[in-house]
Amino acid sequence: MDLTLTKEEEDFRDRLRAWLHDTLPRLPPEPPAEDWPARRAHDCAWQRALHDAGYAGLHWPAHAGGQGATPTEYLIFIEETERAGAPYVGANFVGLLHAGPTIAAEGTAAQRARWLPPILRGDEIWCQGFSEPDAGSDLASLRTRAVRDGDSYVVTGSKIWTSHAEVADWCELLVRTDPAAPRHRGISWLALPMNAPGVTVRPLRTLAGTTEFAEVFLDEVRVPVTHRVGPENDGWRVTMVTLSYERGTAFAGEVVACRRTLARLARTARANGRWDDPVLRRRLGRLHAEFTALWRLVQWNTSEAAHAARTGGHGNPGPGASVFKLRYSQARQKLYEAAAEVLGPESLDTRHEWTAQRLSSLSYTIAAGTSQIQRNIIAERILGLPRGR
Amino acid sequence: MDFRLTDDQRALRAGMRGLLAARYPRERLRSLADCPGGPPAPDRDLWQALGEAGFFALRLAEQDGGAGLGLPEAVLLFEEAGRALLPGPLVATQLAAGLVPGAAEGACPVTALDRPGTAEHLASAEAVLLLDGRAARVLRARPGGAPRALRARPARSVDPTTPLHLVRQLPRPPDGTAATVPADAPRLCREAALLTAAQQLGSAFRTVELAVSHARRRSQFGRPVGAFQAVQHLCAEMLVRAELARAAVYAASLAAEPEGTAEIAAAKLLADSAAVRNARDCLQVHGGLGFTWEADIHLHLKRAWLRASQWQSAADSEELLANTLLREASHLPEGPHASDATDVLDAENVTA
Repeated sequence: MDLTLTKEEEDFRDRLRAWLHDTLPRLPPEPPAEDWPARRAHDCAWQRALHDAGYAGLHWPAHAGGQGATPTEYLIFIEETERAGAPYVGANFVGLLHAGPTIAAEGTAAQRARWLPPILRGDEIWCQGFSEPDAGSDLASLRTRAVRDGDSYVVTGSKIWTSHAEVADWCELLVRTDPAAPRHRGISWLALPMNAPGVTVRPLRTLAGTTEFAEVFLDEVRVPVTHRVGPENDGWRVTMVTLSYERGTAFAGEVVACRRTLARLARTARANGRWDDPVLRRRLGRLHAEFTALWRLVQWNTSEAAHAARTGGHGNPGPGASVFKLRYSQARQKLYEAAAEVLGPESLDTRHEWTAQRLSSLSYTIAAGTSQIQRNIIAERILGLPRGR
Repeated sequence: MDFRLTDDQRALRAGMRGLLAARYPRERLRSLADCPGGPPAPDRDLWQALGEAGFFALRLAEQDGGAGLGLPEAVLLFEEAGRALLPGPLVATQLAAGLVPGAAEGACPVTALDRPGTAEHLASAEAVLLLDGRAARVLRARPGGAPRALRARPARSVDPTTPLHLVRQLPRPPDGTAATVPADAPRLCREAALLTAAQQLGSAFRTVELAVSHARRRSQFGRPVGAFQAVQHLCAEMLVRAELARAAVYAASLAAEPEGTAEIAAAKLLADSAAVRNARDCLQVHGGLGFTWEADIHLHLKRAWLRASQWQSAADSEELLANTLLREASHLPEGPHASDATDVLDAENVTA
């Protein structure tokens, strides 16, 4: 049990801190939340800066153009960039955390050469076409069809909850290539160019009033067979690589941010008199314990992943990621419930940052695997209970 | 950074588990719970075996007869003790090692109080560690004499394996009955909270095992009850509580002051919740069987209630953590953080 950094890890952190200190003041201010083209430009400029400084694809393997950093170094990167107030991964999320790692693990040399460098440079944006109107938690029931026609697949169907669809160049798409096969066996993974004829994007308005994601309609879209990653009908296995990435360190930076928000909440409560309420004070104290422990859980999972990577494993977050995701999503909602308590009537003004966050936090127990699905995973894969109904 | 246990730490934990399996099997626990006349005194032979194994002297320097190990190792041993529901004033006696002759060797059981309230194993203790001020004090007593010295009333203990006394008032210093010893009482209180949290952690993981094992074996409606999501989700939440508490307890054992104080408060808070709520959910998973005296679950629940009340209560920990937040906030810039650039308004400005 050792939470201190090694000499190499400290050197890595110090170099990163120095670079962030020099670089962040030169970045342009963040664009308005609803201006997607501006947000894309902003996120890509940040990715380009990371690339030029040798921080792009930190956790990607070297053969994929990444830096081959250890899981611990990647966690240091997440913590330090968050502490320094650096931009989030934003529109590059899918490319860096889903599609890229999938292509790195399963793609051919030509596919890696075509798609990975533009992701690392921030030149191309990816979105994710997994869920469908009738395939949410039960993803394997997806029905978007891809029919082979010569050197192409002809794809017809619709996808939903696709973040950044409006500004994406590519979509990592799951399609059904063999309707006769058992559900998990007839799926393939395709790289869909978003500008292909037959692709229609319709933004979805969330309950927060924002357009975080979109529906994507596919009407006889032709996708070259060379855009398929992994064997035909093997897309389910190919995809599982990316999903575990999503549940691993994706929220680690947010835990750091939540702890800071909690401290600001305490300060606001002190200023507006609500601090005198012991029930509220104790609630904030308990949240402090919660986020402290969640950060320690991230470090625990990271150490497990680092060990797996050292001993020849894949270095992916294991099922422990479900434990973290389940508890973190609940904690985030509790944080913004407490914020509403601190703000009182102000919390009904949607211009308030914490009100907007309270609304958006409602998606956390749904997105990236609902809490119910996480509990199923924990019960069946960690605790070894019989497959449930 | 490698948060995982070292090989030595794993071996230490396995050694403790083996010792308890041999010297304190489940039948022993059950016989204590069924002891006519209420909870018995700690088994002096077992106490001595623990002493010989180095359980109490663990953190003393090697030249003082100890193993020279630290809080992380102590936490692992107390986790095992909590898992097995080993009774006795284990925490107080380890704290007293080096301060009270015989404590380190397991020859002298020591209990402790940090405020008026309940004292465990008071009648069998030969010394009481008083930690209500800056300085630690020790009250020595003949066997059976401590309750009288503290004017304590026996309680009918909710935990059938832990005798309890109620103490209204601690002797005020200077007082002829208790002698000051060279130790930092607030530090000992923090360590006591951490080691108590470690016991809760062991119990929390044990009740997960009991619940899962029952859910796999017990069949209703033609299938194991563990195949029903309603039961699965109870079990999943139990594991999540235990895992979160583990991360907090282990990290707190590594933390230096001043951060350590908040880390220990967080650990105690989460481990208490995990132990109590997991025992409750374990009881629920067992259905009617869980409500019987024969099942071990009530022993976990009752011990968890007791441990949750000791050292730092939930209210103590939450208030401490809330105040730590205010101190952290004083280091933050006034305006919104750069990453909060989606802010339309800054919280402080709105409320001003």
